Amino acid sequence: MDINDLRSLLTVLAFVSFVGIVWWAYAPSRRKRFERDAMLPFEETGVPDDEGARK
Amino acid sequence: MATESTYNYKVVRQFAIMTVVWGVVGMLVGVIIAAQLIWPDLTYGIPWLSYGRLRPLHTNAVIFAFGGCALFASSYYVVQRTSHARLFSDGLAAFTFWGWQAVIVLAAVTLPLGITTAKEYAELEWPIDILIALVWVAYAIVFFGTLAKRKVEHIYVANWFFGAFILTIAVLHIVNSAEVPVTFWKSYSAYAGAQDAMVQWWYGHNAVGFFLTAGFLGMMYYFVPKQAGRPVYSYRLSVVHFWALIFTYMWAGPHHLHYTALPDWAQSLGMIFSLILLAPSWGGMINGIMTLSGAWHKLRTDPILKFLIVSLSFYGMSTFEGPMMSIKTVNALSHYTDWTIGHVHSGALGWVGLVTMGSMYYLIPRLFGRTEMYSTRLINVHFWVSTIGIVLYIAAMWIAGVMQGLMWRAVGDDGTLTYSFVESVKATYPFYAIRLLGGLLYLSGMLIMFYNMVKTIAGNRAVDAAIPAPAAAAHA
Repeated sequence: MDINDLRSLLTVLAFVSFVGIVWWAYAPSRRKRFERDAMLPFEETGVPDDEGARK
Repeated sequence: MATESTYNYKVVRQFAIMTVVWGVVGMLVGVIIAAQLIWPDLTYGIPWLSYGRLRPLHTNAVIFAFGGCALFASSYYVVQRTSHARLFSDGLAAFTFWGWQAVIVLAAVTLPLGITTAKEYAELEWPIDILIALVWVAYAIVFFGTLAKRKVEHIYVANWFFGAFILTIAVLHIVNSAEVPVTFWKSYSAYAGAQDAMVQWWYGHNAVGFFLTAGFLGMMYYFVPKQAGRPVYSYRLSVVHFWALIFTYMWAGPHHLHYTALPDWAQSLGMIFSLILLAPSWGGMINGIMTLSGAWHKLRTDPILKFLIVSLSFYGMSTFEGPMMSIKTVNALSHYTDWTIGHVHSGALGWVGLVTMGSMYYLIPRLFGRTEMYSTRLINVHFWVSTIGIVLYIAAMWIAGVMQGLMWRAVGDDGTLTYSFVESVKATYPFYAIRLLGGLLYLSGMLIMFYNMVKTIAGNRAVDAAIPAPAAAAHA
């Protein structure tokens, strides 16, 4: 096998994994968890933080 | 003082303050070299202050000193607050601060002395390159070490962008800085000819992509939601945004070498990937701007949000302009003209500069036990002064660039050039003056920020926020 076949294969694999990532991110079953993950920056009780933004 | 119950804000404070200080310095040097293009004898022919030596000083100061300190400050702040954990090692974190400042000072000394590798954005000579590599490895250990000891399950998207930025810059810096030392202050690249050029622009463009884009997108994904008081528009889009950027950015570099000795297929590859990049860039921009959806009224009253949202608009503009300029036929007109300078500054002043300023206005008061800067009115003044400055700057450079491109390619019926080169220089003169005015406005904005920062810090004690109790974080 020519090294260029391997190079082409790598490109195809990269593309397939990207499509896989899109499917993974948008699967309806994961909707809830991503909505929760998006709230991560707001789960803090530290000293002065987001009071300014919350009013 | 340093306990496991508080976040390490000390290093964040140090980097945040130096962001503003180096911003003033780097932009001042920018204004000086802009003036030199109008008055070439401005610095009386003193070699250390000549344009050729000050220009790399300007680029290094604004990218690596101003931008670099901003990235250190915000990544250390964000990774702690979204991991509910103190930085992995206070000692190593302190080393990254003092090491990085040493790199900046060494750059400020060696570049005016004319000590340079002559590789754009990688001018620093080999002893400094080694120091950069050491600091960077320490940075990676602190950042990923903090992620490893996080108390929440999920790694927030901003940290993915910061992490990609840290990893990629390590690889880029080490590969592109492979060089053969001849003396203590002189080395030659390990690569030769077209390969050297390709490695250089693989580095150069990915420095734009990962230093000036991925890192600052990390800032966007934390500070825009925080300042807007609502979560990011679509978290799933942010996941796709991240991976799309990672998969495509690496291959765009050859567009810096159109119509050179680089093989034609490599040039075309660079053009195609640059065009593809439009999609992730705009996906990210839309995600950031739409975070404000339903709360647009906040833009009227909150100058920090103005900074953040307008920075995203400039990001959208320059990531549209970039792919267009990478098209070979467009590049035939734009390359080597001031259009490129206009494009870079629409990204640098508009996107990187404004998102940094907005983030620092959010961050700085919180490091000193307050929620607001000394003067919100001054933030607003800063916003308008710098926005007008950017518009003057980039409009002048667009017009100058297209004009230069057209003059250089104009030929008479007999095939001879219509204009000599110096005629295009003369025609550019008024636009250089407008550009200087824009730069002066942008620098003034930075001085206002410096004043506001000093007044915010004065009379306030440095505060290290407490880490939330594990119970609060349990659900994630």
